[in-house]
Amino acid sequence: MHLASLVEMVESGFDDRVLLGAADAPVTGAQFGVLVRGGASTLGGYRALVYVGENHPLLPVALFSAAWAGIAFVPVNYRLEGHQLNSLVARQPGALVLADPATASRIAGEAPVIVFDDWLASLPADPPAIDPPSDDDEVAVILYTSGTTSEPKSVLLRHRHLMAYLLGSVEFGGAGEDEAVLVTVPPYHVAGIANILSNTFAGRRLVYLRAFDPRVWLDTVKNEGVTNAMVVPTMLSRIVDSLAGQPADVPTLRSLSYGGAKVSERVLHEALRLFPHTGFVNAYGLTETASTIAVLGPDDHRAGIESDDPAIRRRLSSAGQVLPMVEIEIRDEIDEPVPPGEPGMIFVRGEQISGEYASGSLLEPDGWFCTRDRGWIDAEGYLFIEGRADDTIIRGGENIAPAEIEEILLAHPSVAEACVVGLPDDEWGQTIAAVVVLRDGASVGADELQDTVRSALRGSKTPDTIVFRDELPHTETGKLLRRLVLRELTEFQVANEPKTTSQGEDSCR
Amino acid sequence: MSMTLKPGARLFSAVCTTEMIAVKAPPGEVDVTIGGVAPVGSVAGRDGSGSVADGHGGGAAMGKRYVDQDETIELLCTKPGDGLPALNGQLLALKEAKALPSSD
Repeated sequence: MHLASLVEMVESGFDDRVLLGAADAPVTGAQFGVLVRGGASTLGGYRALVYVGENHPLLPVALFSAAWAGIAFVPVNYRLEGHQLNSLVARQPGALVLADPATASRIAGEAPVIVFDDWLASLPADPPAIDPPSDDDEVAVILYTSGTTSEPKSVLLRHRHLMAYLLGSVEFGGAGEDEAVLVTVPPYHVAGIANILSNTFAGRRLVYLRAFDPRVWLDTVKNEGVTNAMVVPTMLSRIVDSLAGQPADVPTLRSLSYGGAKVSERVLHEALRLFPHTGFVNAYGLTETASTIAVLGPDDHRAGIESDDPAIRRRLSSAGQVLPMVEIEIRDEIDEPVPPGEPGMIFVRGEQISGEYASGSLLEPDGWFCTRDRGWIDAEGYLFIEGRADDTIIRGGENIAPAEIEEILLAHPSVAEACVVGLPDDEWGQTIAAVVVLRDGASVGADELQDTVRSALRGSKTPDTIVFRDELPHTETGKLLRRLVLRELTEFQVANEPKTTSQGEDSCR
Repeated sequence: MSMTLKPGARLFSAVCTTEMIAVKAPPGEVDVTIGGVAPVGSVAGRDGSGSVADGHGGGAAMGKRYVDQDETIELLCTKPGDGLPALNGQLLALKEAKALPSSD
């Protein structure tokens, strides 16, 4: 199925239901259809629709107009500096660029640029009839990976991938008329796209926050009667901090989902305590998998807190179980599937899995996609993510997942953040370094932290070096920039130990 | 009456308010009815005559999916109504779907 069909479904099923728009300018399903048809009528002759800007209450109109016009929707990170921003825009020849006012003036090059609000205001009230496209093998959305080491890659999501995800995991019209979702993830993140599609499909009103602030987020949940929300871990952590131990006053909030990066166990426990009436959902997915492929639901969270069984408690740090329409395999170094409990590379297969870039598809001939994430599955199918394979430390021939050590460090009462990386070493291949940010007012020595890890794991997994810092670098959606941490440490190491000449691999994509 | 059906095709009951969209369709001609009567292509195509045939009513529910035994056809209800979908005169069955927690 094609996303254009979704527009017709919305018009049919939710004709008088408010689906989006600011509080003082609500848009029903029927009005949404008129906006989308009007939007599509302005896109004739263009080859793509680029959106460069902050979140906007009518952002879904841009995405669906592109679908109705049969061209790709390409949201680009407006926070990028000018050169990089323009190089990404230039990768879409023949595109129309819609931008927010602050970004419009930063776009150079051939493509016509229109401020999104001006474009919306120009749409015809009585749009001409255009037959919607139906080929679901066309590209619907192009997303750029964050590209922290090399040029960002363009991930292609076709209509059939996105519709497979929707049909497989969301019930059409499954949301009650009173439901509203608060969107805080940016438009250029796969979760931002999934937010639009899933909630439009469910019939849940989309409420947008232009820029994230924990107090504004809490106030908006309360004032708008928000029932569902999705946040990245850094946002969850800031929300928890801003509550300062007082339970949140959000009686309408039924579901709070988090994903996009690893959440610290302490933040999660605190969040579960401060939102006692909210169901928590952890979602795991990649841009290349058309968003979520595994979920840990509210019941699993409750069981994880209440159970005395360590195997069940441990699942609180898992990504849950894979969606019914996704297959998963964990494979070893020689590409053989491993039994439950053993770590390896995570492979997935299913109709929603794209695994395709502008440069070509990375799907294996039989459809399997290598996520480049390492992890393992427990006896009941719960998936535990260890991190990017490229981040794995190999010390003296032993594979060590940074996440395992980070978890131990983060459980220490003085530690706020931790990042474990491998430093190049002539003798061991790599040695383990931990960069630690202490909580406000806390103090602890490197020896104590090393002892903590040694007693929880073993000597070979104990950091050889512990470095204290005031903060760690993250992307704005909360991904730890390990590459920058590693580069800084490597430069430090080179400066201080002239005998070490290797620079070490750039270990993040 | 036979018709060809493609994913994304919309089916409006001629005799009640039920609306469906084809999620999956077998190749070639198919004999599909809603409420026991051949569907029309738009709301405007309803002429107001006729009624749901015996054994073809009972209510199609919003968001529910209807399939034949081998799941060669799958129709999703986008607007509820009395009439139920059928293939070759056989009522389609409600497809059971596991409810998943909402993650977006």
